Amino acid sequence: MRSFQLHRASSIEDALHAINDRDTFLIAGGTELLNWMKEGIVSPRRLVDINPIAELHEIRVESAAIRFGALARMSDIAHHDTVSRDYAVIREALLSSASPQLRNMASIGGNLMQRTRCPYFRADVDLACNKRAAGAGCSALTSDDRVSAIFGRNEHCVATHPSDVAVALAALDATIELRSLRGSRTVPLNDFYRLPDRSSVSETILRQDELITSIVVPAPAATRTSRYLKIRERSSYEFAMVSAAASVQLRGEIIEDARVALGGVAHMPWRFRTGEAALKGVKLADAAAIRHAIAGEFVSARAGHHNGFKVELALRTTIRAIELAGGAA
Amino acid sequence: MPTDLFSRRELIELGLATSAVSLVPGAALAASEESGPAATPGPQHTSDRVVRSFTINGTAYKVEIDVRTTLLDVLRERLGLTGTKLGCDRGECGACTVHIDDQPMLSCLVLAAMSEGRKITTIEGLARNGSLHPVQTAFIEHDAFQCGFCTSGQIMSAVACVRERRARSDAEIRERMSGNLCRCGAYPQILAAVRASMSLEPA
Repeated sequence: MRSFQLHRASSIEDALHAINDRDTFLIAGGTELLNWMKEGIVSPRRLVDINPIAELHEIRVESAAIRFGALARMSDIAHHDTVSRDYAVIREALLSSASPQLRNMASIGGNLMQRTRCPYFRADVDLACNKRAAGAGCSALTSDDRVSAIFGRNEHCVATHPSDVAVALAALDATIELRSLRGSRTVPLNDFYRLPDRSSVSETILRQDELITSIVVPAPAATRTSRYLKIRERSSYEFAMVSAAASVQLRGEIIEDARVALGGVAHMPWRFRTGEAALKGVKLADAAAIRHAIAGEFVSARAGHHNGFKVELALRTTIRAIELAGGAA
Repeated sequence: MPTDLFSRRELIELGLATSAVSLVPGAALAASEESGPAATPGPQHTSDRVVRSFTINGTAYKVEIDVRTTLLDVLRERLGLTGTKLGCDRGECGACTVHIDDQPMLSCLVLAAMSEGRKITTIEGLARNGSLHPVQTAFIEHDAFQCGFCTSGQIMSAVACVRERRARSDAEIRERMSGNLCRCGAYPQILAAVRASMSLEPA
């Protein structure tokens, strides 16, 4: 690990002045960054420790929303009373992530900012990975792509975003508040992520000089219910093969409104807006009708060499998540 | 080998104490604290050193360290608290689990330089006045280890599980303990030890 200067930020303003530099990285929980530094994937000359900034740790219940400070820990959010009662999909997404120890260390902001990567990214031997070295190529395209994306694939990167809570937040139309020395801006989470292209393989639209200050989630209607379903080969401590966050509003047995987002299938959380519209008026107990409603989303699905199973798996996971969200056994 | 005079542990601790006293802080200590692959080629600039204070198992420590040093390395290499183990060094196995402000965390992914003022508890800090912690006793009674390498981390997670009292079933205990891997496969016995510690009825 290359040595670095460590600067403890005393305020958001102080942190913003410090990060306007390509070789300076913020450190929050450190559970992602320290791995990259140990493996030589990144070598910052300076780290800015933002943990002393108290306001960034707050979880605040507001009249029509809940606000998570960017440094709120995954475990604290998951065990928060209001989250448990009203935002089950967020709680379930968080508790299915990583391990208890990591959840005590990792921040929600850092979780959203995880690199989209596949195992080639941190291989011990230097294998072509555009995320590791821009322009190096993508090994997964021609080799082992079993865990890769089925939506939004391109030649730059076919990995999937590792965050579970990002998928839940995508389904709930969360917004992210960003701050820089130039001012603040609010970005819908569904617009925060981007596909890699010729100009950049960056996962987000976050600018070099910006800091995430909070994530805001609108309060659901009292009768709206939600669930997160994570499918993976191990029952814990593993990324999703496919996951689905579903939030439904029922009128009797009929789906009046649905929000659906998928994880493990794309470079970022993948929202099914067309499928959501088609789900209106569908009977919750009618699995065939639910399948028919979301089938259109899969017209654009593209498998790689070894992940063809993901298409059907994603379909079934989505149906099941919707059923569970609606209270089906 | 003076096996009559010193146990192997005492011999290592003696060597550690001697080297800590006689070496000038700097190059030699920095070499033992670096982790990860070979250093970046090119001119090596002076590594930044910092001074940090924390409480470990009720004792106050003040150390001068390379800024890159993980909490795990401070515990094991600097302070001789070798009960906490280095497994994967990348946050995937849980062998390095300690409590920081009473919360289980992975010391291999914590920079000691970011732990100023923290209350740290390691496996060495569980026993009281020569008596084992009830969770330690339960691990012995339920044969919850084979090689013992993961055991420190398992016990640290188990103590938190028992303290939190959230787990109400075998499935929930397993989930709560899922951050600690056991290559020997002592999971059923570990589960039994935690269940007994929580006084839950047997499944």
